[in-house]
Amino acid sequence: MAESNKPEDFVKHEYEAGFVTDIESDTFEPGLNEDVIKRLSEVKGEPEWMLEWRLEAYRQFQEMTEPNWQKVNFEPVDLQSISYYSAPKKDTDKPQSLDEVDPELLRTYEKLGIPLHEQKALAGVAGAGTPAEAEAGSSEEGGAYSNVAVDAVFDSVSVVTTFKNKLAEAGVIFCSISEALQEYPELVKKYLGSVVPRGDNYFASLNSAVFSDGSFVYVPKGVKCPMELSTYFRINAENTGQFERTLIIADEGASVSYLEGCTAPQRDENQLHAAVVELVALDDAEIKYSTVQNWYPGDENGKGGIFNFVTKRGMARGRNSKISWTQVETGSAVTWKYPSCVLKGDNSVGEFYSVALTNNYQQADTGTKMIHIGKNTRSTIIAKGISAGKSDQSYRGLVKFQPTAEGARNFTQCDSLLIGDKCGAHTFPYIENKNSSATVEHEATTSKVSDEQMLFCRQRGIDPEQAVSMIVNGFCKEVFKELPMEFAVEAGKLLEVSLEGSVG
Amino acid sequence: MLTIKNLHASVEGTPILKGINLEIKPGEVHAVMGPNGSGKSTLAQVLVGHEAFEVTEGEILFDGQNLLDLEVEERALAGLFLAFQYPVEIPGVSNLQFLRTAVNTLRKHRGENELDSPSFMKMAKEKAKQVDLGPDFLKRGVNEGFSGGEKKRNEIMQMLMMEPRLGILDETDSGLDIDALKTIANGVNTLRAENRSFLVVTHYQRLLNHIVPDVVHVLAGGQIIKSGDKQLAMELEEHGYGWLGINEAEAAG
Repeated sequence: MAESNKPEDFVKHEYEAGFVTDIESDTFEPGLNEDVIKRLSEVKGEPEWMLEWRLEAYRQFQEMTEPNWQKVNFEPVDLQSISYYSAPKKDTDKPQSLDEVDPELLRTYEKLGIPLHEQKALAGVAGAGTPAEAEAGSSEEGGAYSNVAVDAVFDSVSVVTTFKNKLAEAGVIFCSISEALQEYPELVKKYLGSVVPRGDNYFASLNSAVFSDGSFVYVPKGVKCPMELSTYFRINAENTGQFERTLIIADEGASVSYLEGCTAPQRDENQLHAAVVELVALDDAEIKYSTVQNWYPGDENGKGGIFNFVTKRGMARGRNSKISWTQVETGSAVTWKYPSCVLKGDNSVGEFYSVALTNNYQQADTGTKMIHIGKNTRSTIIAKGISAGKSDQSYRGLVKFQPTAEGARNFTQCDSLLIGDKCGAHTFPYIENKNSSATVEHEATTSKVSDEQMLFCRQRGIDPEQAVSMIVNGFCKEVFKELPMEFAVEAGKLLEVSLEGSVG
Repeated sequence: MLTIKNLHASVEGTPILKGINLEIKPGEVHAVMGPNGSGKSTLAQVLVGHEAFEVTEGEILFDGQNLLDLEVEERALAGLFLAFQYPVEIPGVSNLQFLRTAVNTLRKHRGENELDSPSFMKMAKEKAKQVDLGPDFLKRGVNEGFSGGEKKRNEIMQMLMMEPRLGILDETDSGLDIDALKTIANGVNTLRAENRSFLVVTHYQRLLNHIVPDVVHVLAGGQIIKSGDKQLAMELEEHGYGWLGINEAEAAG
């Protein structure tokens, strides 16, 4: 009896998004070379400069070797064995209206709870309940993506973007990056690679060479984006990699809140997801970027799952600008991800709020970098790591103050929660300070879901699964409150699902 | 309501309870007194199903059900409530959220409707007031940063919310000043009813001035060595445990 009621016994990942959509696709033969990149660029009808940019990235990539400093173990990815482009078959390459999208694709997103019908989405707003209700945890099913414009990326392409017209009225550009290359090439050219250069790191360079799609957002001067924007990434095809590229620009005084979600089918093979996200905030602009990452994590024996190797960086370029990252990470077999802020503008602010949950054999090496350049720049890091099963998790963070960062401040808090005694949690904080007026605070704690907490909850009639979920949600509260409210509810549910297990 | 027959329990192979016999009838308040290490708290923990303790012999019947067959949460839903001696903190989970989950789980189990947010809030505020806890305590994390006395009052508040069949108080009085003691006793007394019983585990007699027991048991060396009415508690107070021939240090060993 004693053995069967430990907190760790109530932790089991049941992956609900693991289905495959049966759809005909145009898929490149596996392999990577300059011809593949040329063909990719051609299929997408890109301008000449874009192809040159890609090829230069590829040349730099070939000089690089895969990094190995992370605290993770896995078989290296054979980049020649995967396909770099897979798109559902359709008549033209132009973005389609919803009526033209394959119904099978629409059903896929419906199944995932992502409404692509604007009317339905709007109807969802009315039924989503009051903020107070949502706070009390009684929000309605499916309300999460209600007042949200969605860009749906399926394998290598964006299939549809909703609410484009409504956003256009406010002057906000929200479309796939492929479309942006056609419609707003100057904007793309100006900012692409300005935050994450082509030669930044191994996987960022690979992405620069072969990125297929992703989202593009431009919020013009003084505009507060009237709705939440989101991109939903779905990997479906086998033996493909997903290389998405997202670029978000908030012009002077603009603000935008953006959210990405991701899922993939359940497969025995590992699949590579190597994304690059660049954010640019000009004077007085604010970008809030939230991630709910639920890539397939592999099975309970560690077979399969997504390799999630991404480079995310925001440049707080202007005075008083702000970049805020919030992430809830429950998926992927192996994750390396360090959403970062370069605080260039004076008085600019960077934030990183993170919840990472690893279970079974998942491995995560995640954290952030805060690079203080401007005067009086401030950054906050709140990282919550939950390790269960035989998983291993590391927080890795860099806080750097350049000589110019007069009066800059950082506060870092890293908390780890262990469920069971076969998992690991590690913290690697790096601090580089080249300015004596800068202040930095670091707090770290490690705790366990204790048998006493479990007894206490159960003595009040709460079943063990619900007890673990409640304790874990409480642990994550500081981060969840940073998420847009609809998503906070969704994130809570996701944690609950990830922790679901059989009793005894 | 509760019948304990020849109960033996041990922790990591060391016997703590060595043949407890006890019968609590509906509406009764039983006090279990005894020196440190006599097994008082163990009895309370075994009743609710603490997994560190192994029941090696005997049986416990609760409303005719074999309690030892039930999981911790099943015992709670059957109406067993323990006010813990050392209530744990659950950071980030508000008292309100915790209680709402607990109360609604219980209501569901009883086939009653779950309480909606406003009615629950109203009820919680009332009960909190009964034990002198302000409404702000409802919003704070469960026992997070609470003082010892606040934690104990919070336990009684939970008991008021859950209205158990059998309320077990495990040294709830320890470390409390006289005002807090009275508050807690008042809380318990408002719950006293014909069909509700209490098992009050305490080291000192003073709590029993406020929660007047029907029966007092003295536990020593894992056995009940004497039972009586409330006078027994008074005599113990006057003469000390030595009066019954108990050597405290020995009992603790």
